Amino acid sequence: MDLYQQLIIEHSKRPHGEGLRAPFGAESHHVNPTCGDEITLRVQLDGENVADVSYDAMGCSISRASASVLHDLVVGQSVTEVGELRDAVQHMLTSRGEDPGDEEVLGDAVAFAGVAKYPARVKCALLSWSALADALLRVA
Amino acid sequence: MTTTLTGFSADELSALRADFPILSRSTRSGNPLVYLDSGATSQKPFAVLNAEREFYSTRNAAVHRGAHQLAEEATDDFEAARAGIGRFVGVPAHEVVFTKNATESLNLVAHAFSTSTVYAARGTAPDGQRVDPRFVLAEGDEILVTEAEHHANLVPWQELCARTGAVLRWIPVTDDGVLDTASLASLVTQRTKVVAFAHASNVLGGIAPVTQIAAAARSVGALVVLDACQSVPHLPVDLPSLGVDLAAFSGHKMLGPSGIGVLWGSAELLDAMPPFLTGGSMIELVRMDRSTFAPAPQKFEAGVPMTAQAVGLHAAVDYLTELGMDRVEAHERSLTARLLDELAELPWVRVLGPLDADHRVGLVSFVVQDVHAHDVGQLLDDEGVAVRVGHHCAWPLHRRFGVAATTRVSFGPYNQDSDIDAVLRGLHRAHDLFA
Repeated sequence: MDLYQQLIIEHSKRPHGEGLRAPFGAESHHVNPTCGDEITLRVQLDGENVADVSYDAMGCSISRASASVLHDLVVGQSVTEVGELRDAVQHMLTSRGEDPGDEEVLGDAVAFAGVAKYPARVKCALLSWSALADALLRVA
Repeated sequence: MTTTLTGFSADELSALRADFPILSRSTRSGNPLVYLDSGATSQKPFAVLNAEREFYSTRNAAVHRGAHQLAEEATDDFEAARAGIGRFVGVPAHEVVFTKNATESLNLVAHAFSTSTVYAARGTAPDGQRVDPRFVLAEGDEILVTEAEHHANLVPWQELCARTGAVLRWIPVTDDGVLDTASLASLVTQRTKVVAFAHASNVLGGIAPVTQIAAAARSVGALVVLDACQSVPHLPVDLPSLGVDLAAFSGHKMLGPSGIGVLWGSAELLDAMPPFLTGGSMIELVRMDRSTFAPAPQKFEAGVPMTAQAVGLHAAVDYLTELGMDRVEAHERSLTARLLDELAELPWVRVLGPLDADHRVGLVSFVVQDVHAHDVGQLLDDEGVAVRVGHHCAWPLHRRFGVAATTRVSFGPYNQDSDIDAVLRGLHRAHDLFA
């Protein structure tokens, strides 16, 4: 089973950037109604760049690790770069395994490539990315 | 309630399993399928598959219309199914209403209340219909459910309250995962018009004290609605002896096809209820400005009904009757008892609901410490094991226990001891990986 990469297990046990912090520009709350997983996510911008993403996530290892990797990847990036990254993550996750992901573009998020083969888990991996996109829309 | 009956012998179980073609498939992990999600939907024996195929191959027609031979034969099959399914739960054919599923059955009942309430407020009902006061709600009247309900027996009542001004109340669940019947005395009042609850919880597995709750409801003249989805497929159930007024169950959870459910009510009560879905088949006389309706059960069966599904469900209840529901119960209970014993040995597993198999139907929900149910389910899937993970359409109950999700193992007549071994292998893997 290629789903539970060591990187995912590590991030799920010790998530990076966890906890809700202030100040923040916008907050979003997303729920996966099929399993009850929830995330509250805050984003703080500094000009065009993401200064901080803080979150409170309740969910499975995939959704928590995804939020943790998201935090590592997007802090310090421009809003445009974050949008491109999110599109690349979503493309990989919804490809049913056709798109293995480009590590150059995705960094650690490429560890989630295996999730694409388990359609029931794609939403888990996308939950934090959807919450981020939502928060960025609100802050703009 | 100690049962002296035994389940199936090894040979019987092996023959029974051979009746279910899906049980011979393997899964993406290469492991054979271990199906432990019958609480969500059951698998189907050849008897059911063949009955549907035979119907479509030889007698298919729209029932209750047309004078041709096929229409007559299809109608005979459909009505024979109604009688057979009724017999299975101890009720006459004319008290069996076919619906899409139990969810629709419960919505039908909720809508009988709101429609009657609207008619009463307007002071008029369509031709030939009387407004029965048992179905009329006033502002502040109360609807009593339980904290353990499946969303199907909760949301329709919430919506009914929103439409009528009635107030929803609920019987709490104790820390031990049983209904707090001590609260009945204060919760059942002169304002209570409906008491709706599950015969067996789809999460906790516990069997409700039906006669006790029904008696309390009757003492104030409230109608009693039973969600029998998790009992009828697993225990011998004689609906009239339970003291309830209406009961709902789904065909697909009892070896039958999807797309068919049942609502049972006494003929007198069904007659007092206005229709839910309207249109063809359910009418008596139609003019441009108004219509009158057929007697129940046809009054509740608008449109061309699910005939092949009724034929399939008929075959399913015949199959279950042949197995013997008392033996199905004993078999599933012995599996449940062993699973509970095994889980009790794992200090990192917490079981929800009664810990004694005698007070349960054949399903067990649990939490694995430090491992989310989705991850538990994924590792079980890798063992070929299909279980349900999540809130099982009982989100408030999960909140009550402070958990986002649980893992649920639910048995059918076809499960075997080695299925439990596969569950335990997956649980140990999940614990080793995440804990």
